[in-house]
Amino acid sequence: MRKDLLGMKEMTSEEIMLLLKTASSFKDVLKRDIKKVPTLRGRTVVNLFFEPSTRTRTSFELAAKRLSTDVINFSGPSSSILKGESLLDTALTVEALGADIIIIRHSSSGVPHMLAGHLRASVINAGDGTNEHPTQALLDAFTILEKKERTEGLKMVIVGDILHSRVAKSNIYCLMKLGVELRLIGPSTLLPPAFEEIPGVKVFSDMEEGLKDADVIMMLRLQLERQGKGFFPTTEEYFREWGLTKKKLALARPDAIVMHPGPMNRGIEIASEVADGTNSVILEQVTNGLAVRMAVMYHLEQAKGEKRG
Amino acid sequence: MAKKLLDAKEVERTLTRMSHEIIEKTKGTEGLCLVGIQRGGVHLAQRLARKIGETEGAEVPVGSLDISFYRDDIKIRRQPAVSKTEIPFNLDEKKVILVDDVFFTGRSIRAAMDAIMDMGRPAMIQLAVLIDRGHRELPIRADYAGKNVPTSLGERVEVLLAEEGEEDSVLLLSPEEITG
Repeated sequence: MRKDLLGMKEMTSEEIMLLLKTASSFKDVLKRDIKKVPTLRGRTVVNLFFEPSTRTRTSFELAAKRLSTDVINFSGPSSSILKGESLLDTALTVEALGADIIIIRHSSSGVPHMLAGHLRASVINAGDGTNEHPTQALLDAFTILEKKERTEGLKMVIVGDILHSRVAKSNIYCLMKLGVELRLIGPSTLLPPAFEEIPGVKVFSDMEEGLKDADVIMMLRLQLERQGKGFFPTTEEYFREWGLTKKKLALARPDAIVMHPGPMNRGIEIASEVADGTNSVILEQVTNGLAVRMAVMYHLEQAKGEKRG
Repeated sequence: MAKKLLDAKEVERTLTRMSHEIIEKTKGTEGLCLVGIQRGGVHLAQRLARKIGETEGAEVPVGSLDISFYRDDIKIRRQPAVSKTEIPFNLDEKKVILVDDVFFTGRSIRAAMDAIMDMGRPAMIQLAVLIDRGHRELPIRADYAGKNVPTSLGERVEVLLAEEGEEDSVLLLSPEEITG
């Protein structure tokens, strides 16, 4: 394993499978009465979040605590940034406090990569701009593997705002390597033609055609905060065209699973009856996120041990 | 050539003797369960449970335990992939026999005891090992030992088992044989 987890782009399928296997053991720990192991006792984990996030930050925080680390949260725009401190200085300061693992979320793509080059601590990308969100892809792969017991040859549909979605990008990088047949669906304004050139990826403009015989359906959140640039007329129209309803779900395989990275916009990208229905694994994704993030921190710490001999 | 410490027949006899010692000391199978430490102890725990079951005419529950998350050497040693922990029974008030193939520094057993204690509150924990090679770094001893073997630190003891596609045997490898 490497020191940092920056993106799924550079990960090998062997590394991905190792992480998922370890995550499965951590998931067993999370089912016990005592949901904590002493694995990383004495280490310090810092959440450095320059973009608002409750779900991801809480998940990382709890995962770190389950590994017996001490956790500190910096949420931005923090006072030091407002005082003019540079991003790198903030990160170096956090490292000087004794951080072993720094988890970064930032609205600009590439920030975790830049910082990783300057830090001895491990860097985990918790979402950088519209680039990647690798632990989300890992937890999605884990959920798919757990439900379908394989990935090779599965037909998976990703629907929605692909253009702005770091979740979609990390998932595409990850699942391609695991042999999943990917279909991307969305309004042409939010689905750049460049995606069609990725090997193993098909682009559909007709949602109903794309859903046929799908094993996995991933609905993306319509990022309302990034809209307002005329990508689509109204949210009602968006739901009519690209929302997942019970009727559209019936086109997929009967045992298809429905996924969503959250937070959900009910009635915009997904109907409530589908989100709460029997095909939905949305809440299991949340649980699996903890196990996967524990596995990532475990392997990154171990990798630093290997290098030191 | 590696020195053969036990051949197939001797492995079998040793395990039979250990199974009898366990029943004698625990006075039967009431509340008894065996937990094999991944990876080397799991098959041995299953074999011991089978032998105890045959002698006593009772089913003895067997679990497997992976101690990766409880190790104290995550930064020193390259760790193997994490195996599964499967203990499909309640450990509270049980007589737990931990089973491992080679007893060395005692650090794995310390980790295993911590793991067991996080999963329940057994009445007691005992330790059964096929080979005790010495060099303890912690105040831990075995309750049942198949064979005591004086070794030097550079040597390695290898337990080969039929379940892994080998012929049952225990080998002592010299430092030259390990690197070569």
